[in-house]
This record gives sequence, structure tokens and C-alpha cells, in this order.
Amino acid sequence: MKPSDLVLPGILLVSAGLYVWYYGWLVLAQQMINGLQRGSMYALIALGYTLVYGIIRLINFAHGDVFMMGVYFACFAGNFLLSRGVGFAFWIAMIVAMIGCLLINVLIEAVAYRPLRDRPRLTMLITAIGVSLFLENFLSLDPHQLPFPFNHLVFGPQFRPFPTLIKERVYPLAAGLTISNIKIIDLATALMLMVVLEYIVKRTKMGKAMRAVSYDMDVARLMGIHVDRIITFTFALGGALAGCAGILYGLTYGVLQSPCLGMWPGIVAFVAAVVGGIGNIPGAMLGGFLMGIVETLAISVNSNLGYGVTFLILILVLLVRPKGLLGSPYMEKI
Amino acid sequence: MARRVDKHLQQHLWYLVSVILVFVPIMLSQTGCAQRENTIKIGGVGPLTGGAATYGASTRNACQMAIEEINQQGGLDVSGKKYKLELIFEDDEGRPESAANAYRKLIDQDRVCAIIGTVMSKCSLAGAPIAQEAHVPMISNASTNPQVTLIGDYIFRACFIDPFQGRIMANFAFSSLEKRKAAVLFDNGNDYNKGLAEFFKARFEELGGQIVAYEAFTDEDKTQDFSAQLTKIKAAGPDILFLPNYYSSVAMIAKQARAMGLDIPLIGGDGWDSPDLVTLGKEAVEGCFFSTHFSKDDPSPRVQKFVSAYTEKYKQPPDALAALAYDACLILFQGLRTAKSLKGEDLRDALKNIRDLEAVSGQITFDDQRNPVKGAVIVKIENGRQVFYQRINP
Repeated sequence: MKPSDLVLPGILLVSAGLYVWYYGWLVLAQQMINGLQRGSMYALIALGYTLVYGIIRLINFAHGDVFMMGVYFACFAGNFLLSRGVGFAFWIAMIVAMIGCLLINVLIEAVAYRPLRDRPRLTMLITAIGVSLFLENFLSLDPHQLPFPFNHLVFGPQFRPFPTLIKERVYPLAAGLTISNIKIIDLATALMLMVVLEYIVKRTKMGKAMRAVSYDMDVARLMGIHVDRIITFTFALGGALAGCAGILYGLTYGVLQSPCLGMWPGIVAFVAAVVGGIGNIPGAMLGGFLMGIVETLAISVNSNLGYGVTFLILILVLLVRPKGLLGSPYMEKI
Repeated sequence: MARRVDKHLQQHLWYLVSVILVFVPIMLSQTGCAQRENTIKIGGVGPLTGGAATYGASTRNACQMAIEEINQQGGLDVSGKKYKLELIFEDDEGRPESAANAYRKLIDQDRVCAIIGTVMSKCSLAGAPIAQEAHVPMISNASTNPQVTLIGDYIFRACFIDPFQGRIMANFAFSSLEKRKAAVLFDNGNDYNKGLAEFFKARFEELGGQIVAYEAFTDEDKTQDFSAQLTKIKAAGPDILFLPNYYSSVAMIAKQARAMGLDIPLIGGDGWDSPDLVTLGKEAVEGCFFSTHFSKDDPSPRVQKFVSAYTEKYKQPPDALAALAYDACLILFQGLRTAKSLKGEDLRDALKNIRDLEAVSGQITFDDQRNPVKGAVIVKIENGRQVFYQRINP
């Protein structure tokens, strides 16, 4: 335990103390509930960043856009199911969004990243930014102005309502605090998926292979591990998580803004993954919830300045713990 | 080594080719752009995509309709000569940088003689300096922020301004709805929202009301979660919430406010005026009020004439943005008719001198800052429809 390890918890505790002193416990508790809801989406997206980074050391900037496509897939599936009056619409839409994003993420890896795997890492990074910009701008095109096959491929720039898959119910807790069924669903889904993911990575054969590839790709290949298949599997996992975050987003906010809606959650989730220790699964989860709570509290203190606090936390963490909160301090091979 | 050189040369060649590919069309378009005989080009700018997309569509439709009406009558009489009109409409995506590009394109490349637009104040503030510098008169249909026309004497508008709108909504909340504790939640990245919030606050406090919460967020297009601000607002116990934002974020805020049990009335400004407000917000915006320039249910004959023509042409009723864009065109046509020549200076002087022009949203006379002096209407949302509530005169 170095003294510098105490800086961050110290700052957080002092800020929380000041917050309670000024606004009282109740407001803190309510804002923590709001923050956890926000954080559960950040956490699910951050897991995708962390998984991919852990395996091929790539910051997949297109991940926020895969999440965005999840919101749209869930919206289309939800509308279709509700118009047909199918039961369990929420669960079916969730599976559709997860499978859709899974396929998209695998496709992106196969088309954009796999051919570049032996190139310098910077090449892939820039490609990732390119994929992100392409998805945002292509999907934002106006379908009415495109020729036949393309007008069915784009989402268009207009705002859309998200179908009411689950009616929001507000439950009063003690002393004026409230929680809603959607908040519980968001949080429970995120926690459950983290446990499942942790199980896959730590307890299954596939997970063992993932860890081997992460540790040393070449040796893993010599040991008979099918590296390409493992990488595809990793992208599939990340995509499914992003799809799940997508339906939670739609359920929570009820409105789809445009195909650029993934940008801000994507950036914050990336920061969350770095803060938690990129490559580390519980770290991404912790980072996601931390970002959600800190953002919510900071905005409630000063809604003009609050949005920048996310990045302040990033700088602080990188200063005192460059490997992130739970990052393992191993040496990177060069 | 030889291959290296080749590669170098190849790069240079590519560079040259791309330069040619980029510049030749630009040069061609410059030379091909001489004003055609008997046609006046009019530029239009509005957000056809993004969070205010319905505004751009309404603006374009109304301009198109006004211009077609003139062309069907054989054209516009300018200093004894008949001219046909042509509309060139550009998308500003609701972003200032795109608005600036659209203005540059219309002025430098298409050489329009005047510009109708743009809609959002922050975009007009980016475009207006370009029009002013090029001496091209511009008439914004819906930028209500007072700063817009202060940029220069070539900048006009067809709508009322935010101090007026903020004042009438504060009066309405205080006197008609008899509310005493108001909260405000606005986008601080937008000149329109910020201005309206400030004018509302100032007037409401002047009347003796109390602003119990004054909260902001950044950038409507990327903010989805308002729970932090709304929790704080709820804790402050207001009896009315003023949302000087555009319909898309108003719908999101309304939904989230209702979900946390904040059941006070919501009021807002002309940014709410879009058919999508109810589509997106559903029952969360029921019973709310906003001020706007025009209501299609207004019984006055000139409103009804415009509404029926527009509805027939576009199969949907016009919103305020359409009415204002139509008015902006009427203002421009009147200016062109009375101008000594088609030069920017002459057109500007003619526009300034317009008196009591009968337009859809009221009688238009410009004040010293080129803002029209006219009234507003208050609209209520009832059973998912926008209903004319009352008319307020200046």
C-alpha cells in the first residue's frame, strides 16, 4: 500500500462527505440510485472495451456504435413484436439486440481488424476510429434520399420513440426515496451479465483459451489454440453485452436520438474501462458504476460543469494509478 | 531503393490527382454560376437532419410553396422587370459549423441574392456574419435569440424574440396558472435555450415569484439522462417547470420527470412546436403549455387560407416554423418588389422600410434592430393534440 493509493479513495470520501453535509443523506441516496442505473449501461459497454483490449490490445472505438445499433435493433424488434402482440416482447427484443450486435461486432472484426492484425497497433486503432465514423455517418443518412438497396440499410437521422416494452412503475422506498422497476432491471441485468462473463472467462475452456491468447498469442497458437476463433468469440461476447446495454438504454430513456447516440456513452464507457484497469473485467464494471455515480453527483452539484468531471477522474486515476483501479501491474512486452 | 523512389513519385501523383479532382469541379461551378436571365436565386438553410429535423423540413416546404405561388403568377416584378424565383436549400444539421458551410456555399458558389434561414439561433449566429460580410440580406424564420440581428444591418427575422417570449411565459405561469415556485432546466450549450431561460427567470422574479431550481445540461443531442437534475428539482419543490428546449429533449425530460413522480405542469417556448413532441413524449406532455408564433387553429382568415393551401400541398398541417418561413418569404418578396435594384444594399433598405405587411403570423413592421413587432399564441396539449389556447398581443 503506497501513500498514493490513498489519494483517490480520500478524494471520493471527502467529496461524498461534503455532499452529504450540503444536501443530506436522502439526496445522496437518491442520486446514487440514479447513478447506478446510468452506471449499469456504462459498465456493460465498458466490458466490451476491456474484453477486446485484453485479447488484442485494441481500443475498439467502434464499440459505442455497436451499442447504438443495439438500441436500434431493440427498437425495431420491439415495435414488430408489440404490433403482433407477441408475449415476452422485452426478452425476445433483448435476445434480438444481443444477437444482432454480436453478428455486427464479429463482422467488423472480420472485415476491418483481422486483415490488419500483423500491422503496427496504431493502424488498427485508426481503423477503429474509421469504422466508428463510418457507422455513425452512414447510418445517419436520410433513407428518402438513397437508392433502393441502401434505403433499407440505414436508420436515418430522425428522433424515434422507443416502444414501451415494460411499463415503468415507481416504487417508494423509505423516507421519500424512489426506485423503479426499470432501474432494478438495468442494475440486475448488468450485475448478472458480469457474473456470467466472469464465469465464462475464469471457469470454461473457452475462457482459458481467451486468457492464454491474451497472455501470449504466439505461444497460444503453438499450443494448438485456434487464435482467430478465440478472437471472434471475444468480439461476439463484447457485441452481445453492447446489445444488452442497447435495449436497457431504450427502455430507460424511451427516445432514440440519432445514430450518433452511442458517441457519448461510448466515450464515458471507454474512460470507465481505463479507470477500472483496461483488460480487467471487474475493473470495467467498477469503473462503469463509478463513472455513472460520479457523473450524476457532479451534475447535481453543478449542472454546468458536471459533465467534465468524468475526465477529471480519468486524469486523477492515471496520475496516481496508471494501470487503473484494479489493473494488474504487469510489464508489457515490447 | 528504386522502388522507394517509385513509391514517392506515386504518392506525389496521387496527391496531384486528388488536388485536380477536388478543384476542377469547384472551378467549373464558379464559372458556370453566372446569374441566368430572368431568374433570382434565393437561398434557404435549415436543419433537415438531427434533433430539430422537422423544423428544416417545414422551412423548406413553406419556402417552396411561397416561391411556387409567385412563379405561377408569372414571377416577381422587380423595378419593372419580371423575374422567376429559384430556391436552393441547404441542410445545416442543426450544427453551427455546418450552417457556416451552408452559408458560404450559397453565397460563394450559388450566388444567391438573399437567404431565408436558418432556424436555430446558434446556427444563425454562425451564418449571419458571413451574410453580413458578403452584403447578402438574410431573414431568419425562427431564430429568436436577440443577438442574431445585432450582428449587422443585413440580418432580419420573421419571428418575435426571446425577451418577449420569456416575458409572456413568465406572465402566463404567474398570472394565468397562478404558480409561485418555478424551476428551469435548459441546455446551456445553445444560445436560444440559455437566452429564454434567463428572460423567463428575470421576469418571473420581477413579478414576485421564486425560482427554486435553475439547472442546466450540455448539448441536447448527446444528453439522455436528466435524472440528476430532475432529482434536485423535485427536492426543491417547484409547482411549475419551465423547459426552454427543443421538442426532442423536452419529450425525454417529460418522460423522465413523470417516471420519478414529478407531476407538475411543464411549460416552454416555440422550440416545443413540432408534431414529434407528442409522438415522442406521449402522455408525459399532456396538459402542458407553450408559446409559439402561430397556431393552425387560429380562426383569423389569413391563417386559415395558409393552413388550407399548405395542408393540400403537403398532406399535413403546417407548424409555426412553416408559417414563419412563409412569412420570411413574403417579407423578402415585398422587399424585392420595392427595391431599387437587386443589389444587396438596395434590398436591405427596402426590407428595412417594410410597414404593416400582412403576413400569416401577424402584421409585420421592423423595429430598429430589424425584429418584427407582433404577438404570440399559447398552445395547450390536450388528448395528444396541440390546441389553440389564447392569443397574446405585444
